[in-house]
Amino acid sequence: MSSLAQSQLRETFELNIGPQHPATHGVLRIKVVMDGEYIDRAEPILGYIHRMHEKMGENRTWNQFWPNMGRLDYLSAMAYNHCYAGLVERAMEIVVPERAEYIRVITAELNRIQSHLLGFGAYIMDLGGFTPLMYAMDEREQILDLLESVTGSRLTYCYFRFGGVYNDIDDDFITGTRAFIKRFRPQIPMYHKLVTGNAILMDRLIGVGPVSADMCRKYGATGPVLRGSGVNYDIRRNEPYSVYPELDFDIPVYKECDSMARYMVRMDEMVQSCRIIEQALNKLPEGPVMAEKVPKALKPPKGDFHYAVEAARGTFSMRAVSDGTNTAYRMRLRSPTYSNVSLFEEASRGMLLSDALAFLGSLDPVIPEMDR
Amino acid sequence: MEVQAEGAGEDKAKAKAKKEEDVPRKNGLIETEYAKRGTHLDVQINPDQVVKAAEILDGEGMTLEMVTGVDWLKEKQFEVIYDYSYSGGQLFRVVVRARVDRDHPDIPTVCRVYGGANWHERETWEMLGINFVGHPQLEHFLLPEDADFYPLRKDFKP
Repeated sequence: MSSLAQSQLRETFELNIGPQHPATHGVLRIKVVMDGEYIDRAEPILGYIHRMHEKMGENRTWNQFWPNMGRLDYLSAMAYNHCYAGLVERAMEIVVPERAEYIRVITAELNRIQSHLLGFGAYIMDLGGFTPLMYAMDEREQILDLLESVTGSRLTYCYFRFGGVYNDIDDDFITGTRAFIKRFRPQIPMYHKLVTGNAILMDRLIGVGPVSADMCRKYGATGPVLRGSGVNYDIRRNEPYSVYPELDFDIPVYKECDSMARYMVRMDEMVQSCRIIEQALNKLPEGPVMAEKVPKALKPPKGDFHYAVEAARGTFSMRAVSDGTNTAYRMRLRSPTYSNVSLFEEASRGMLLSDALAFLGSLDPVIPEMDR
Repeated sequence: MEVQAEGAGEDKAKAKAKKEEDVPRKNGLIETEYAKRGTHLDVQINPDQVVKAAEILDGEGMTLEMVTGVDWLKEKQFEVIYDYSYSGGQLFRVVVRARVDRDHPDIPTVCRVYGGANWHERETWEMLGINFVGHPQLEHFLLPEDADFYPLRKDFKP
């Protein structure tokens, strides 16, 4: 497992973590050079689940690329749907009916809660606490049922279309969502009581894995990682898309820059997502859910287009270069975890190995989205 | 924001915003319409200026979001696109482009300025074979270690 590399000053050895390791949330491998219990250099090695989504974007028509959007970040696929829809609607200048936009926001925010719930449960399990996962899974399963009833799939959603959404939501979904919010709200203080105040958890998270705001900027880290470093930046506010400007919600920001701050940002975001969903349900207008006259064979004009959304893990953006034909000339996907994990090598230098795994979990990586 | 003025200091002839044409674009600045393009400022520069551009934008507190390579087979060129965004307040997106010769695709690396460029450039090298001069680790990343092809090149045959 390890080979001994002699240096003049000290002895180090190499250690492989992964690609099959529970702490890496999938098939991520980390090649670590250890100096005793401390990390000398930790290099993430990617590509174990690389599927070349960018090439797939080039060799199929714009409509045929839809199912790929559910298979990048399988935990917050709705935000990815939103980005692709927005990108092509921007290029084709399609106006989306208001009801469809509200449905998009409701489903995307439900998806965000679901993603953070799993992130919460799995993260605590990384640190050795099994029970919270059970609570998180219980709530999460209800969201999955709700979303399955409108989208037809459990995780890999392909629900949005250019110009709207695939089908309208029904009364069952609306009452179900309201009931879920009502039930879920008191759960979050319960999680805090169960988990956040725990002395072991606080010892393992507070002050561990410092990521400064400037490091985030240099590495392009976004989402809870950036907001846990005291930067108030959220695409939903800073670059408003869809109907987010009409909704009232706060952006949780923590200044501590440690793993605990990132954990707290996610917990608070679930509360804010509940607020967004409630308001959106109250404001939900009547009307069609698809724009009229969206051409079947799409041919966006020449040029390149950019669109960004706030996915559960940070800024997801797409750049499409169109040559005016029915396929993209180049489809670039910018996934948030890719940038978030790229700072791991610098930030984990000199860290204890056990702390580094707690730190990696706080970045909340989803490997299929990193590898694309 | 002042980025516009800064970018203009690149002693580049200002090319006025033109409609897309088939002729290759000249170097210079274009203010793009955000609602249509998703970017505010579009800059095309020579490959040897990308590090300087990165330093200027870094001084303005901007983030490098991604690096994209595009293969323009007909024009025998690669285009490298750098997407910058400003996360300190009102959003501002700048896109910097540089074109390199397809036969000698050498472009300096910006990962001395932005650490995050390391992975993005490595991926672009791997997918398109654009050589980022000075990059510390141009090794296979997402593809298998023995891959001897560049899958995103337009003349790639699987």
